[in-house]
Amino acid sequence: MLKQTEGSRGVAEAVALCRPEVICAYPISPQTHIVEALGEAVKSGALAPCEFINVESEFAAMSVAIGASAAGARAYTATASQGLLYMVEAMFNASGLGLPIVMTVANRAIGAPINIWNDHSDSMSQRDCGWIQLFAENNQEALDLHIQAFRLGEELSLPVMVCMDGFILTHATERLDLPTAEQVDAYLPPYEPRQVLDPKDPVSIGAMVGPEAFTEVRYLAHAKQMQALELIPQHAAEFLQIFGRDSGGLVRTYRTQDAETIVVALGSVLGTIKDTVDEMREQGHKIGVLGIVSFRPFPLAEVRRILRHATRVVVLEKSLAVGIGGIVSANVRMALSGVHLHGYTVIAGLGGRPITRKSLHKLFREAERDELQQLTFLDLDWDIVHRELEREKQKRRSGPIAENILRDVGTVAARAV
Amino acid sequence: MAFQPIKFYQTGTFTVGNRLLEADQRSVQANTQRTNSLNSGHRACQGCGEALGARYAIDAAMNATHNQLIAANATGCLEVFSTPYPETSWQIPWIHSLFGNTAAVATGIAAALKVKGRHDVRVIAQGGDGGTTDIGFGCLSGLFERNDDVLFICYDNEAYMNTGVQRSSATPPAARTATTMPVGPEPGNVFGQGKNLPRIAIAHGIPYVATATVAELRDLEAKVRRAMEIRGARYIHIFVPCPLGWGHEAHDTIRISRLAKETGLFPVFEAEHGEVTSVSRIRRKLPVADYLRPQKRFAHLFGEPARLDIIARIQAVADRNIRRFGLLEEEVH
Repeated sequence: MLKQTEGSRGVAEAVALCRPEVICAYPISPQTHIVEALGEAVKSGALAPCEFINVESEFAAMSVAIGASAAGARAYTATASQGLLYMVEAMFNASGLGLPIVMTVANRAIGAPINIWNDHSDSMSQRDCGWIQLFAENNQEALDLHIQAFRLGEELSLPVMVCMDGFILTHATERLDLPTAEQVDAYLPPYEPRQVLDPKDPVSIGAMVGPEAFTEVRYLAHAKQMQALELIPQHAAEFLQIFGRDSGGLVRTYRTQDAETIVVALGSVLGTIKDTVDEMREQGHKIGVLGIVSFRPFPLAEVRRILRHATRVVVLEKSLAVGIGGIVSANVRMALSGVHLHGYTVIAGLGGRPITRKSLHKLFREAERDELQQLTFLDLDWDIVHRELEREKQKRRSGPIAENILRDVGTVAARAV
Repeated sequence: MAFQPIKFYQTGTFTVGNRLLEADQRSVQANTQRTNSLNSGHRACQGCGEALGARYAIDAAMNATHNQLIAANATGCLEVFSTPYPETSWQIPWIHSLFGNTAAVATGIAAALKVKGRHDVRVIAQGGDGGTTDIGFGCLSGLFERNDDVLFICYDNEAYMNTGVQRSSATPPAARTATTMPVGPEPGNVFGQGKNLPRIAIAHGIPYVATATVAELRDLEAKVRRAMEIRGARYIHIFVPCPLGWGHEAHDTIRISRLAKETGLFPVFEAEHGEVTSVSRIRRKLPVADYLRPQKRFAHLFGEPARLDIIARIQAVADRNIRRFGLLEEEVH
């Protein structure tokens, strides 16, 4: 059913159709609209049977989900940014215990300086915590990926994180095709846990494991993610059959045939990149796009197959590994081991900075001429950077960096002397 | 055989043992059909108060729920000594997630059971004082505030024993721990305001709060049974001596527990919906020195010269407890 609705509300409706049994929520922007809508659905009785629990922290949110999932319930929560970091210990625990919790991450920057706007620093910080990570390009895909996430997670007994860009997607209103309950029921069987806390058959979950078996437990977690590489395309194909929509999969290519330059990215920025690529194609540039849907597991073979015949690869990412550069690009480079091509890392859109077509046109043209730095910060204001560096050179007590810079750009009034 | 009929004339007294009592008066632990929820073979130290407390508490809860029980367990001694891979002492469905999230995990289990219509299955969360009063405090307060249908049991041995006896917010003043050494002018732990979890639990207004010691195990069983009759958030705080961390003889665990109660340092009481409903009165008041002296963690108070000033401050703590809870008042008939 077509409906004009906000991304968050669309996701909430999709999650509700998946019949979650326990939902726990702690407010943090920009994920709040999702759990607000779900809370209302539970309160009104539209979503039943389901327990909606207002917890006291994100750490508790993930922990409630752990308990619920271990007791055999389908559990869901949502978070972002600092909230994701606050639940980190429980994140590793959920995956280590093999509990198929589904969580939306409304991607947002991490402070300090505190910043509520979009980038991928939050979920990227959790890339190695054992969760499957799927990135949505638009709201339709965000909605579809949630339905696939429950199926995938429960089949593998692994938790799945669906990442959607904060505000850009969560707060954008557009036309969405909402599936029917019959479609979702046909696609997603009821949750059959591999392990469950049940007095009829008492088990101990979460016992201590020493050096004699720890490596094997960790290996099996890796092996499950490798299985996910097989399952994700299969699930996408089944999804296409039932819902009539091509959503999910490991990666998505756009005009990569004969492309000399391929831009790699995740999430909503793919839309702007595709528009830019269309315009450049019209002008005869041989450029294409590779969108990564599944960041964990990382589809090394798929990425290699698509990129190996290009002349150069530009990885444009909304996160920064401070002290080395790109996070996504490090993974892409691993996929391209032994392949000779020019590789560029572009850090863009941090803390919600707009990524414009104008900037991308300039960037991609520089890349084509191989004039790009190995590591480029898109639209970095060098004046501001140099002023702060100079200030720090001149004066020991140069003050808080963020405040200095805001004063330089005129956001904060100059300090009275 | 679960039940031995009374053959003797001595009935109606606890001192001659369970076997002589009527069936409904016997302790759960005296019944050969007890569930042994925390089974033998675990790795607890000799004289461990926590193992004793957990055994009685969980068996009593199993008895009260007709064996329909699930437990969530915080990281700590109880978790480590009961589940060394690939063995487990637990005869009940049991989960260990993290150190600080046990209350929230239990909330999740209770929510799942509610959704599935399993109203017969009950949930217990348990941990040591670290997992309760320190790192687990936020989640526990959340559980209390929402009145989630969980019984949380704290086995309080007054320090982080599993990691090597470091101070917790339940460590009493002047006690020696690995991080509060008996050196300098103020040896041992600080005289802070204390973090009295039973009173904090009462302040949440939850349906049931109780304290107990492993010296009075029938009382502990009765409180667990009472707790399982009630729905909503419940809290039982059990005083469990640790021979290793406290530096007392393994055979003195029960005696130390009794002294804690009889000196007034550990008030034993029940509260419902924010009001104290019963207290276990002190039979014969003893000075705190009687409790402190057998424990090496307080040895620095009895050296040369003895720190009578510090002992007096601890006595004041006990006297305040006695006044606050009316521990010496005559029962009104």
